[in-house]
Amino acid sequence: MQKTLKKYFAFFALPTVIAFTIAFLAPFVMGLYLSFCKFTTITNAKWVGFENYIKAFTTDDGAFLSALWFTVKFTVVSVLTINILAFALALLLTRGLKGTNLFRTVFFMPNLIGGIVLGYIWQLIINGVLYYFETTITVKASYGFWGLVILMNWQLIGYMMIIYIAGIQNIPGDLMEAASIDGAKPTQILFKITIPMVMPSVTICTFLTLTNSFKLFDQNLALTGGGPGTSTRMLALDIYKTFYGRNGFEGVGQAKAVVFFIMVAAIAFIQLRATRSKEVEN
Amino acid sequence: MKKFLALALTLAMALTMLAGCGSSASSSTPAASSSTATSEAAKGSVYFLNFKPEQDEAYQAIAKEYSSLTGVDVKVVTAASGTYEQQLKSEIAKTDAPTIFQVNGPVGYAAWKDYCADLSGTDLYSHLLDKSIAITDGSGVYGIPFVIEGYGIIYNKKILAAYTAMDGAVVKSADEIVDFATLKAVVEDMQAKKDALSIKGVFAATSLATGEDWRWQTHLANVPVYYEFQKNNVDLGDTNATAEIKFEFGQQFKNLFDLYINNSTCAPTLLGSKSVDDSMAEFALGQCAMVQNGNWAYGQISGVDGNTVKPEDVAFLPMFIGAEGEKGQGICIGTENFFCINGKASAENQQASIDFLTWLYTDAAGMAHVTNDLGFIAPFDTFGDDVKPSDPLAQDVLAWSGKANTNNVPWNFTVFPSQTFKDNFGAALLEYAQGTKTWDDVNTVVVDGWKTEKANAAG
Repeated sequence: MQKTLKKYFAFFALPTVIAFTIAFLAPFVMGLYLSFCKFTTITNAKWVGFENYIKAFTTDDGAFLSALWFTVKFTVVSVLTINILAFALALLLTRGLKGTNLFRTVFFMPNLIGGIVLGYIWQLIINGVLYYFETTITVKASYGFWGLVILMNWQLIGYMMIIYIAGIQNIPGDLMEAASIDGAKPTQILFKITIPMVMPSVTICTFLTLTNSFKLFDQNLALTGGGPGTSTRMLALDIYKTFYGRNGFEGVGQAKAVVFFIMVAAIAFIQLRATRSKEVEN
Repeated sequence: MKKFLALALTLAMALTMLAGCGSSASSSTPAASSSTATSEAAKGSVYFLNFKPEQDEAYQAIAKEYSSLTGVDVKVVTAASGTYEQQLKSEIAKTDAPTIFQVNGPVGYAAWKDYCADLSGTDLYSHLLDKSIAITDGSGVYGIPFVIEGYGIIYNKKILAAYTAMDGAVVKSADEIVDFATLKAVVEDMQAKKDALSIKGVFAATSLATGEDWRWQTHLANVPVYYEFQKNNVDLGDTNATAEIKFEFGQQFKNLFDLYINNSTCAPTLLGSKSVDDSMAEFALGQCAMVQNGNWAYGQISGVDGNTVKPEDVAFLPMFIGAEGEKGQGICIGTENFFCINGKASAENQQASIDFLTWLYTDAAGMAHVTNDLGFIAPFDTFGDDVKPSDPLAQDVLAWSGKANTNNVPWNFTVFPSQTFKDNFGAALLEYAQGTKTWDDVNTVVVDGWKTEKANAAG
C-alpha cells in the first residue's frame, strides 16, 4: 500500500497542483511582475522598476501609512474584544444551561451573512440610532472605527465561540475533577487548566481574527466607504481606491498589494509561532 | 470506520474530478460559440460593453434584432453601476475582448488611447452634427458621442404654482427666476412656507454618501469651473492650460451649495447617509419641490412607488450660482458618453462593430430604438426634428438647447483630473456640510487636489 502510494503520488497530486498553479501561483507571480510595471490592462504592461513602490508610500501624503495605522489599531482592538467575548460565551455555553443549543445556533448565525450585506445592515442600524442625535456614522472617524469594531465582533464572535466550545469540551473531565478535589478555586481552574488546555483553539482563533481584521474589505467599503474623507480607510480599501481611483496608478495599487501580502504573511507567521509555543499536549 | 473514511475520500476525489470536468464543459461553451464565430469570420462579431445599467434591456433586444437581421453575432454586456472601469480593465485583457466600449471624455481617452481605433473615416462620424464634441487627437477621431444629456434643477411645476399663487410670493412664475438672487429669495421664502405647501423642504436631500456625491463634485462643480475657463479663455484641449485651476468661482459654488443644504428636507448633518435614490424618491413623492439632476433621472422619478409627480409637471431650471453675467444662463448640456472601437480587435470585428453602430444611428429601425427604447437625444443629422424622445425631461433639454438668447453651459467636467480628485472633493463637501471642515479647507482640497491629480495623470 505504502509503496503504491509513493509510486502514484505525483499522479494523484497532479490535479491539485494544476488547480493551485492556475488559481494561485500564476496570478501571484503575474501580480508580482505587474507591481514593477505601468499598465492599464495586464497585456500592455511596461517595466518601470521600483517607481511604483516609491509612489505607494509617497502619494496622497502617505495615505497608505495612515491606512496602515488605522488598520493596526482596528486589528488590535477587534482581536482582543472578539476573542475575549467569544471565550466568555463559550465558557457560559459549556455549563449545560437550558437552551444551550439554541444559543449556540443563534450566536453562530451572523457569520453566515456576507460582508457587504452586513456592512449595509449595520450602516442602517447605526445611522438609525445616530439619527436621533442629528448625525451620521461619517461625521467622525471614531464613529466609523467603533462601528467597524462592533460589526466585526457581531460577525466573528459566534464562529470563534464554536471553536472555543470544541476546545473546552475536549478537556478531560478528570483534570477538572482532580483540581476541584485539590481545592482549586474557579478562577484558578480557569487560568491554570482551562486556558492552557484550549491553547490550540486560541492559536486558531487569533489567527483567524487577526488575518480577517487585517484584510477587512467588504465591511469597510459598505459601512463607511472610508469616510469621513479617507480617515477610516483600511489597507485593502486603500489598495482598491488606488488601483481604480486614477489613471496610470494600477501599478502603484499592485505594489501596495504586494507590500500588503508580505505584511499579512509576516504577521500571521509570527503569531502562529508565538501561540504555538504556548500549546500543551493533553 | 477506516473503510468508510477511505470511501468518503475517494468519493470526494471523484466529485472534484467530476466538478473539474463540469467546469471545463461549461467553459467550452464560449469556445463553441467562438468556433461558430470563426465559421462566420467574414462577418465578424460585435461585443459591446455598456455603461448604462438602466438601458441594458433595450440593448439586449436591439442586439437580438440586429443579429436576426444580419446574422452578425452581437453580445451586449452591462457593467454594474459604478464598475465600468473595473469591468473594462478585466474584459479588454481577454482574447474575446469588447469591440465597442465607452470612455467619458478626454481623461477617459487618455487611459484607453492604446485601444482606440481611428474613426475619422466612418459614416457615423460624418453624420455627427457638432464635430467639435468628438474626441480628437491630432488628425484622428477616437471617440464619437452618441447621446446628448442635460442637467439642471428639476422642479415640480405643481408645487411652484401653488407657491406663486400665494400672497406675498417673491415671483409670479418660474420664468422670473433668472439669476441667483431671485432663486435664493424664492427658495428661502418657500422653505419658510413649507408647511403651507405641504412639503418637507424645498430641495431634496443633498446626497453625500460615498459614491453618491457625483451630483455635487462633478455636476455642480462644472458650473463654476466653466465660468473660470470662460473668464480666462482656457482652451480645453490644451493640457497645460487645464493643469491648474484657482477655483475663482468657489464662493459662487458655495452660494448654491449652501442654498441646497440649508433649505432641504433634512438637517445638513444627516447628509452623509443619503443616496441619490433617496433624493429622487423624495422628489417623486412630492416631499420636496426641487432636485438637481439630469434627464436620465426621469425613469427614477416615474419608477418610484406612489409617485405623485405627473410627466407634465417636471421641468428644468438653470443652476444659477451668482456669477457675473449669469443672466441668460441655461442648463448644462453636453455628453460624457463616447463610443470607441477597440483597435486591437480583429479587422472583421472592428468593421462589424462600426456597421452595427451605423445601423443603430442611421437606419430607420435602429433610430426608432435609439429614440423610443433608449430614450436618447442623439447628436446625429440622421435624426429629423420630428423624432423626439417621449420623456418630459429629455424634451425639456431639447427645448432649452433651442431657446433663443440662452447660454447653455457645456460639460467641462470631462477635463476633471481623476476619480480620486472627485472623491476627495465630495468627501470635503460632506465634512463642510457636517460642520467639521471650513469652506477654506474645501477650497484647498479643490485647488491642490486638481494640481496634484493632473500632475499624477501626466506622470
